[in-house]
Amino acid sequence: MNLTSIIINILAIGCLFLSFNKDKQKTKKAIKIAVKTFLKILPTILLIVALVGLLIGFVPHAVILKFMGNQSGIVGIFVSALLGAILYIPSIVAFPLAASFLKAGATVTAVATFITTLTMIGFVTLPLEIKELGKRIAVLRNGISFLLAVLIGIIIGAIL
Amino acid sequence: MKTNLKAHQKKPTLKSWLFLTAGVIFTVVLLIIFPDRQPAVIKSSGQIFWEMLWILPAVMLLIGLFAVWVPKEVIVKLMGTASGIRGIGLSLLLGSLPTGPLYVAFPMAAALIKKGARTSNIVIFLSAWACIKIPQEMVELQFLGARFMALRLGLTIIFVIIMGVSIEKIMEAKVTQKGKK
Repeated sequence: MNLTSIIINILAIGCLFLSFNKDKQKTKKAIKIAVKTFLKILPTILLIVALVGLLIGFVPHAVILKFMGNQSGIVGIFVSALLGAILYIPSIVAFPLAASFLKAGATVTAVATFITTLTMIGFVTLPLEIKELGKRIAVLRNGISFLLAVLIGIIIGAIL
Repeated sequence: MKTNLKAHQKKPTLKSWLFLTAGVIFTVVLLIIFPDRQPAVIKSSGQIFWEMLWILPAVMLLIGLFAVWVPKEVIVKLMGTASGIRGIGLSLLLGSLPTGPLYVAFPMAAALIKKGARTSNIVIFLSAWACIKIPQEMVELQFLGARFMALRLGLTIIFVIIMGVSIEKIMEAKVTQKGKK
């Protein structure tokens, strides 16, 4: 347990007390939503836990280095960006995965690009986005986001 | 709209349980075939699980509290009329509230278009909703560190604003082109 998780837990418990003081009914509903959201995300969490184990235990260091490491260059950035755009992982669960990529030798650029496309771009939700907002806005938003994600990754990689 | 959203939520849950079952079977089989890898796999899986266990309940609680205290209608009402720097700020802020997955935001954005909200604000709102969520930043802080998180957050905010304004310009250019024809 580290400082970040202590602060977040204190914040959550503080908000819960505040909410409970103001409106018990609403707070009950909030806890219900929290439990439901948690149950919905739980299988994905457990899957990522297994995946991280497999990644560290089985995928050779050289493979990650080749696709997301220092030697991968521009290709590595695009592989990471594409991976993030296609995969549909809740972002909260994606950060541990990203951290283990880093540990396994991926560059900061690759990891930052991966997270940014993962969150900003939804291949799976694109049909819904087109339906609700029209083709032009949806395609423009996802397309420009892809390029920006690569740019963000490169800048972060250059600074860190 | 409510039944529609529910239908969207139910299917992925069943699918993700199936994925999990397949993943667990796959992992167990692999570990039986390669027993020498067991310590490394179990150690890293356990570590990640432990870290998530400490942070996720709090994050979920915050999501639940925000969903109850800041209902969608309030967000649509606040954003519908805002413009300029205030509009950009509000879109960023309201988008970053921890109020659910991206597909919840699409119908809201559609409602905002009907209300006459600016295209730039809608794009900024959607993008903020997708990638600048408050609980998400906390988890990023936990796993990737303060510098990484702050830098990515800052860059994302800047680029999202630029993207929103650009898409609005592109859309306006198309509209005037059509008008001339």
